[in-house]
Amino acid sequence: MIETSEITLRINDDDYRVKVESRKTLVDVIREDCGLTGTHIGCEHGVCGACTILLDGEAVRSCLLFAVQAQDHDIRTVESLCVDDKLHPLQESFIRHHALQCGYCTPGFLMLAIGALQKNPDINDADLLELLSSNLCRCTGYKNIFKAVRATADEMRAPPAA
Amino acid sequence: MKPASFKYYAPRSVDEAAALLGDLAADDGRILAGGQSLLPSMAFRMAKPAHLIDINRIATLANIDLEKDIVRIGACVRHAAFESPERVPGPTGVLLGKVVRNLAHPPIRARGTFCGSLANADPSSEWLCAAAALDATIIARSRDGERRISSVDFFQGVMTTDLRDTEMIAAVELPLLPADTRSGFVEFSRRRGDFAIGMVLAAFRIEGDRAVDVRIAVGGVEATPRRISEAEAVLTGSAADEETFIAVAETLADVVDPTQDDQHPVEYRRSLIRTLAYRALKSAT
Repeated sequence: MIETSEITLRINDDDYRVKVESRKTLVDVIREDCGLTGTHIGCEHGVCGACTILLDGEAVRSCLLFAVQAQDHDIRTVESLCVDDKLHPLQESFIRHHALQCGYCTPGFLMLAIGALQKNPDINDADLLELLSSNLCRCTGYKNIFKAVRATADEMRAPPAA
Repeated sequence: MKPASFKYYAPRSVDEAAALLGDLAADDGRILAGGQSLLPSMAFRMAKPAHLIDINRIATLANIDLEKDIVRIGACVRHAAFESPERVPGPTGVLLGKVVRNLAHPPIRARGTFCGSLANADPSSEWLCAAAALDATIIARSRDGERRISSVDFFQGVMTTDLRDTEMIAAVELPLLPADTRSGFVEFSRRRGDFAIGMVLAAFRIEGDRAVDVRIAVGGVEATPRRISEAEAVLTGSAADEETFIAVAETLADVVDPTQDDQHPVEYRRSLIRTLAYRALKSAT
């Protein structure tokens, strides 16, 4: 027996009305039914973090939620970062600090970092290092990802120029 | 890596959830709380529940309630709640705050639940060790009412508990420890956030210059977490100094009965526990 239901997901301020199987994870629905393929799928069991999104402002693994659970919640994906063809400062920082090579893990790292910086712009180095250990990067390594996030956090904190 | 089909239910009250579970348990119905262990199991198809009762929409289960000397943690309280020192007052809150920093990674902590960890009963779970150390009371709910289970009776083996198929954990109660209680928690795992190979939690007070109200629990080493009374006896009534800590650690290492696997021989875990016990005691503030 395959149960399907019609649900509405609010992603990046847009409503998506989709008919999905209960067993379908949020990441699969975001990609296949909503057409937002910026969110990547890696391990599909919560280890790699490639599918990290924001759920009500919290960075979570979208492979560890069923889409039916995400109704009435605010969902943010990597597509929300670029506004009017202008990259988010953290995306610019990733380019500047060479924080990606193949880029597969990048959407997850961006959402992980943005979720944390929104909650705590004053994050210290130890906490940032621990945060970034949440997700797996297998080619760039973590040094440049750390530098990119650190630089953005520092810019966000810096007082505006006189 | 796609979960098998199931029928989904989203009850709005504990009564409704307990009634659904009563109806569906025999047909492989299960509770879905944080889902951070259940979904991976379902992705691997190690778990294929026919019905999932999602309790995340039951608002009251997200509460942390305080009574005179007890804190009651609702079934949907996330791990991350214990990162905020104000949620649970006093030394119990401090202790839980020390433990949670070792638990998985922030995105998992944002979803996974304290009570769900206990229901899952993976011996490498930090919350199991904390529950044993604090003599937690597990409040099981079924259609027939409430059953209170002590942590000693609750944990029966690796991923095995006293919870019946028709029961869900509604909440877990922990004591609010006296204001001058010190605590230390240390674990060892290969990678940050990975499953722990061993952990020790120590809590005690100093009266005069002697340690009293001693709680020492070990997790991740035996099939179930437990307090080690022989080690507690060594510290109780003694000065909380270097010599005593070493004696406690030696006793603990002698008394535990470590599980063995290909990567961790018994002697390795015994030796690890000796070190962790010493560090937990030494770091207790």
